[in-house]
Amino acid sequence: MSTEAHPLLAHHFETLDQQRESSTLAMWIFLVTEIMFFGGLFMAYLLYRWKFPLAFHAGSHHLDIRLGAFNTIVLICSSLTMALGVRAAQTGERKKLTGFMVLTLILGFVFLGVKAIEYHDKFAHHLIPGLHFQWDGPGGREVQLFYSLYFAMTGLHALHMIIGAGLILWLLPSCVRGKYTADYYHPIECFGLYWHFVDIVWIFLFPLLYLLGRH
Amino acid sequence: MSMHVSPIRNYVGVFVTLLALTLITVVVAFQDLGPLNTLVALGIAITKATIVILFFMHAKYSTRLTKLVIVSAFVWLLFLFVFTMSDFVTRGMMGVSGK
Repeated sequence: MSTEAHPLLAHHFETLDQQRESSTLAMWIFLVTEIMFFGGLFMAYLLYRWKFPLAFHAGSHHLDIRLGAFNTIVLICSSLTMALGVRAAQTGERKKLTGFMVLTLILGFVFLGVKAIEYHDKFAHHLIPGLHFQWDGPGGREVQLFYSLYFAMTGLHALHMIIGAGLILWLLPSCVRGKYTADYYHPIECFGLYWHFVDIVWIFLFPLLYLLGRH
Repeated sequence: MSMHVSPIRNYVGVFVTLLALTLITVVVAFQDLGPLNTLVALGIAITKATIVILFFMHAKYSTRLTKLVIVSAFVWLLFLFVFTMSDFVTRGMMGVSGK
């Protein structure tokens, strides 16, 4: 095939392959900054957990492990639908791509819905750090620190999910129109990288926040 | 075109592996292994993340430059954790005031 004449090849690239590899590399460089961004929060978590292990233990005990595990499974499912969506884009299957993107979006909303239920529960039990934080037990200040990190980490993660859902809505019309083919699919590939990255953050958040201190 | 299209059964295999590892990590969390609990949980999380990066994110089939960028991210993350904790944990060891 003559890739040079492709209408979607930007003028500063030699070939479609080079164009795709460049965008994948650039997306990964963005994800490196994201890893360091979340890394700062994981650093804070590590340090304070080292300092206050019992308070983190106690705070974690109040999180609902069933909801956390359910959301973990939801995100793994959404990663599968996303990966199959990218594959459908590679093979130029328009209807499959659209279907998998919609499924990924729905699973994203399921995750956010469960998260909203959990946040509401924390609100009802006065576990939001601040003036109205209540903790019947020793080490209330340290437990508040655990909940500050819980909300900062899961909140930042949820924000990424919301942005991801917005990006799917933005990409959907062009999926429906059949813009993505074996020659040109890197926008879907790059979005897939972002979505999987958000899944990986949760893969670490789940054991660190929910599973700590279950035994 | 040098792009790699993985067979669907590979993706399903990765999916099943991720679900199995999630089940294992939940079951292990309810056993009392002392300090090993955290290590096992982290080990499983790192395994899951590696599988996602290699297969779902196609790192296995990417260019060498992209692979280098991916690895560098985690090296830098390790610097952040190791150097901060090596300072924090060893404070007060010297018995010098202000240290």
